[in-house]
Amino acid sequence: MLMNKFRFFWHKVGPVLTVLLVIIAIWYAATIWLNSSWAYDKAKRADTTISFSQMVSDTMIQDKPLLPAPHQVVKEIYKTTVLKKITSKRSLIWHGWITLSATLLGFAFGTTFGILLAIGIVYSRAMDMSVMPWVITSQTIPILAVAPMIIVVLNAVGISGLLPKAIISMYLSFFPVVVGMVKGLRSPDQMQIDQMRTWSASKSSSFWKLRLPSSMPYLFASLKIGIAASLVGAIVGELPTGAVAGLGARLLAGSYYGQTIQIWSALICAAILAASLVAIIGIIEKHTLRRMGIQL
Amino acid sequence: MNNPVISANELSLTYQTNDGPVHALQDINLDIKKGEFVSFIGPSGCGKTTLLRVIAELETPTSGTIQVNGMSASEARMQRAYGYVFQAAGLYPWRTIGGNIKLPLEIMGYSKEQREERVAHVLELVELSGFDKKFPWQLSGGMQQRASIARALAFDADILLMDEPFGALDEIVRDHLNEQLLKLWARTQKTIGFVTHSIPEAVFLSTKIVVMSPRPGRIANIIESTLPRDRSLDIRESQEFLDIAAEVRDGLRTGHADE
Repeated sequence: MLMNKFRFFWHKVGPVLTVLLVIIAIWYAATIWLNSSWAYDKAKRADTTISFSQMVSDTMIQDKPLLPAPHQVVKEIYKTTVLKKITSKRSLIWHGWITLSATLLGFAFGTTFGILLAIGIVYSRAMDMSVMPWVITSQTIPILAVAPMIIVVLNAVGISGLLPKAIISMYLSFFPVVVGMVKGLRSPDQMQIDQMRTWSASKSSSFWKLRLPSSMPYLFASLKIGIAASLVGAIVGELPTGAVAGLGARLLAGSYYGQTIQIWSALICAAILAASLVAIIGIIEKHTLRRMGIQL
Repeated sequence: MNNPVISANELSLTYQTNDGPVHALQDINLDIKKGEFVSFIGPSGCGKTTLLRVIAELETPTSGTIQVNGMSASEARMQRAYGYVFQAAGLYPWRTIGGNIKLPLEIMGYSKEQREERVAHVLELVELSGFDKKFPWQLSGGMQQRASIARALAFDADILLMDEPFGALDEIVRDHLNEQLLKLWARTQKTIGFVTHSIPEAVFLSTKIVVMSPRPGRIANIIESTLPRDRSLDIRESQEFLDIAAEVRDGLRTGHADE
């Protein structure tokens, strides 16, 4: 019984763990390789020679390494999360929260906007013809080019802080929602639509009772992409603001001062945040669809 | 009171396709009286489903007239004059059986008490009492199709239109459902239009058999059944049954002969 449980656990966690271990091994190897020239240079300047093992241990403890070792990043994250008060400007949790709040607001905007746009496209032929090409075009413009303009323009009209970042976040996250929901709202087959007709159902009835429930699997797939895109948008939105606050600001400040360990810890935190957000949506998806009797 | 419930007069429907016009229906003249059980039978492409869909106003005829309950097919549909059963049960997976039957009732604005009462009533009619809390995937194909019949019966339509409802089911289940359908028809006094491609099914169920032929889709023969209304599966061994079946088969053959 216990053995079975263990097996089941290993079956699920094993592959993930294996990949993680491989990544860490490659990371360490790359750390040694990339940081070795700095270690040798330092020895040369001091007119000494160092052995291979001395070089290896030096690559693990440099202050501004080309590539910080995993344990350096872990230590930095520990220092800036657990050991710092969350109100401190050096706390990653504080910065993370700032990014997260912009992400969630932008995600809410993007999802709402995306769903409304999809309804318009599905119900209006004119919108179907005119809007969809623009929706696609909007995503071909690099967000990095658009983001500073949005920040500057909104700042000029007195809007700064959370909202401009949320808008950039929305710009990225509405797209998968539109595409998914257009497909989802159109997913009922001809028979189901005919059936509604035989009951002479109103447009709103067939929307609420047929089209919207049918679109749920598509919506959740879109939301997973959308929330990750939202996070990217929020981080990008923090770059042009002059590195005040947020994970994006930590990235930028780190690159200004060559603080590679800080950059990597912000990066890893952003990745953990993204993975958690996607996982939360995955859990909601599973419960919702199961309650709807849709087998995954 | 003797006015026909469904009346088609010189009805034609032509589709324009890239390969030229397709005459799905041509010069259909048909009267269906109240309480009749009418089967439409013919090979695929004969327009039997199209005719049913025209009655339901899911298709619009190109010429001729169709009247349902003394009004146009469109008005009849707006007044929810008929219940329609499709080939597939088409139950919503996210609704229970009860929830699925309530669906048209919700759309039509029945009160909560009326909905509950009707669900119980129609589930009893199709012998599915006690299944209202189950989800569609928990039921067999035959039971799902019975639930979809219950759904078509749930509101006050005097006409029941069925498009090969048992086509996807195996023969044993089909026999059972045919028997049940006759009982249901006797109890509810509905007028039924039933599309099938099975001769025994058509003969067993119907008071009137409309034999159709393809290209152009038209009526080859209309056979008034002499079998009593109250019949059981044994009747299929009787000479009378076999005679009618032979007549239907003849009609189908003549329809094909001039191809």
